[in-house]
This record gives sequence, structure tokens and C-alpha cells, in this order.
Amino acid sequence: MSFRSPTTDNRSPCIGILALQGNVAEHRKALEDLHMTVREVRTPKDIEGVFALVIPGGESTVMMKLMQESGLDEAIVRRVPEGLPVLATCAGAIILSDTHLKLMDISVDRNAYGSQVDSFEAVLSVEGKDMKVTFIRAPKITRTGYGVEVLARHDGNPVIVRQNSVIATTCHPEMRGETLLHAMLLENLNT
Amino acid sequence: MEKRNMLGENLAAMLKGGVIMDVVNAEQAKIAEAAGACAVMALERVPSDIRRDGGVARMSDPKLIKEIQAAVTIPVMAKIRIGHTAEAGILEALQVDFIDESEVLTPADPFDHVDKTQFKVPFVCGATDLGEALRRISEGAAMIRTKGEAGTGNVVEAVRHLKLIRREIAALQEFSSSHIAAFAAKERVLPEIVETVKRLGRLPVVTFVAGGVATPADAALLMMLGAEGVFVGSGIFKSADPAKTARAIVLATTHFQDAALVAEVSEGLGAPMPGLEIDRIEIAMQKRGW
Repeated sequence: MSFRSPTTDNRSPCIGILALQGNVAEHRKALEDLHMTVREVRTPKDIEGVFALVIPGGESTVMMKLMQESGLDEAIVRRVPEGLPVLATCAGAIILSDTHLKLMDISVDRNAYGSQVDSFEAVLSVEGKDMKVTFIRAPKITRTGYGVEVLARHDGNPVIVRQNSVIATTCHPEMRGETLLHAMLLENLNT
Repeated sequence: MEKRNMLGENLAAMLKGGVIMDVVNAEQAKIAEAAGACAVMALERVPSDIRRDGGVARMSDPKLIKEIQAAVTIPVMAKIRIGHTAEAGILEALQVDFIDESEVLTPADPFDHVDKTQFKVPFVCGATDLGEALRRISEGAAMIRTKGEAGTGNVVEAVRHLKLIRREIAALQEFSSSHIAAFAAKERVLPEIVETVKRLGRLPVVTFVAGGVATPADAALLMMLGAEGVFVGSGIFKSADPAKTARAIVLATTHFQDAALVAEVSEGLGAPMPGLEIDRIEIAMQKRGW
């Protein structure tokens, strides 16, 4: 990995976290545990120079609206085909899907498990490793297109998927301190 | 803290950086969602109307809550009276996403708050200082908000409560273990939770502000002071242009560090809700609960 040393220099390699609304702090901690420098992304200018982007959990309607207000949605849509690695959790997966930014060939059904009383914990198996996660008013991936690889399933449903350098999940590993998906995101920096 | 609602605390984390708006019907809920609310709070009357009309304020009609749930995809919260375990049971049966055990409604139990550990639905509770916040968390609250003084359009009490909580947490850093034991005894909480707050340097659950937020600048001020998100009650639907005010408060909450943007969204909003001086009000809702 070439970006190990944390620094405060704004031009230094850093990982962006979409920080319009949602659980930014938990993703920041996961990335900092992996010795990454983090920049919060709120405007199109903030995304200039970031080497990867995390889209956190939160409310997809809120994040979409706030992205559209500043044109950040278009800036992200420009960067991803150029190879910007992305990790998106929960609301992030909805944002990447065919309903919104169309950066991943997946269809997603919102709040598919029900309300908060139907939220749950689970242990997923990802590339042979156990990972603790929570599903919070979670969406379901109802369709995966050509080239979308399923990295983990729960009850037969795909819950972690990858297409090129974009990873999306309907659950929250970061809420249990898991950093495996963040490490996978960073692996894409070298490819 | 022995029985935490971890899934509820996780949902609270997903609300961070957002604005939760009071709504009394499905139509208002749709306006709130379209403007960028991260959740809506169902209640019978907004606080300024409760203040004006008086009478006992209770949980909303379940029919209205169902209509609000059907109208939006964002989380739906609803208020119950302090200590009203039966109202909490009704809201859990309705599958609301969060219950606010709120001083804005007329308290139902003069002795006890709801034992929130008995519910799967998470609770948010109001607090005016650190001890009160810790008592609520010890009872199982998954999220804390300042009480402020609801329905006044006056932000001073929300600022007071947020600053008090933060100052008390800062002071805790110097406390010895005997000092912590004395503080815990005085506040009627276990020393372990005080130790946890000392170690974390913050409350162990997500902390929003509420009570008196009326303008985008009010929301930005509270975010600058370290709030993790904002509840707005009467401030939206008692303003001249609710949709525009709601959008402006959402933008000001996210971009609170960008004064030029907060200026831009504050322009031409029309009259905010009429405000009240705190020492002229008849009922201090913040004194309800203990």
C-alpha cells in the first residue's frame, strides 16, 4: 500500500467520505484504523484529488437531494468510470443503484425488511472470513447485472456485491468495527 | 448500560447530520421528506400550539401515525408522554422506528420514566444536563436530545443544555474515581456509565439538539457547538413558507461551516415563527421529567 502515512496536507493522498448526512464518523474510524487520511466530501470541489470514496449509511433521499443541490452527484458520476474506487453501505448502495446514479448494475428495494423492529444483526462469511454486521432498516438487492460479483449472501439474498472497483453492501460492517470492506476498497488503489 | 438497544443506537447513527421535523399529518410529512428531513416526528399538535391552546397533550391518533408511515420512506418517530408505558406499547405495535418520550407532551407518571429496556423500538429522550442524560441512557434510551424550550422559537435553552452537557463532560476528565463515585451517587446512576463517558469524552449515544430552533442560522449555530443533528418542531410548519424553511434548515445543518451558503439559504424566507422570551412563558416544558 502506498498511502500509509497520515498527514494534514490537503493535497496528500486521501480517502473521501461523503459527509452530507449519515454515519460518517464510523467510516472515518474504520479508515483511520487502516492508517488512511480522510477528507469529508460535501461539495464538488471536495472530491477533487480524493483517491477513493466511501458513501456512508443514512437516508438516501437526504443524500441525493443534497448532492443535487451542489452538483456533487454529477461530479461523482464523472469520477467513477475513470476508476475512482467506491465503497457504499446501505443508503450508499441505493444511491449507486439503477434508481439513482446508475454506477452499479443493481436494482435495490428500499426498507425491504420492514421498519426498525425488523432490524437485525448477522455474521456474514466474506472471502472465507467471518464479519459481524448489522442490517438497519436495510434495503435488498433484487437484481444483479452482468459483471456484478456477489461477495456475500444472507438468507440467499446478495448483501455485498462488487463491480470493477465499486463495492456495495446493504448492511453495516463499520457499526461493529469491521474494516475488511474498507481494506478491499484500498486494494483497488493499486490496480 | 447493561442492556443497550444496539440496533437502535445504530439507527440513531444513521440519522446523524440530519434534521428531524415535527409533523402532525401525512401532508406535512411529505413536505418534510421532500425538503430533506432524515426522519419525521409524529405528534398531535406542534409545541407552539400546545403552548397556546393548553390542555393535556398526548400521543397522536394511531390513524394519523399510520397515514404518515404510508406517506414517507424515511424513519417515522412519534412522541409519548413521559412514563406512559402503554402509549409506548401502542407505538411499538404500530412499528414506528423511534419513540420520543417527550416533555413536550403532558407527563403521565410523576415517579418514573418508561423502562425502555423492555422495548425493541429504540427511544430518544430529552436532557438538560449530563446527569439527566445519563439517567435516560441507564433506562435504555438509544439517543439523547437537548430539551431546549419547545414551541418558543427561542434557541437559548437548546444552546444552554448542549453547552452544559459538553462542559460537564469536559470537567469529568479531571475527576478521580472517588469524585466519579460521588457524582454518580448524586445523579442516581451507576459509576460505570460515568467512567464510560469520561473515557469516551462524549455521551455513549448519538446526541441531537431540540427545543426552539427556528432559523437556518439557529441550526448552524448548534452544529458549530457540536450537536450531531437537529430536531425542528414548530419552526417549520409555523413559518411563512414551510417547504422553503425546511430546505434551508437542512442545507444549513449540513453546510454549517459555510457561512456564505447559510446566508444564501436564509435569504427571503419570510417571517419565521413568532418567538417568546423564556422568562415570559407560563409552562417551562424543560422542567418536566427529572
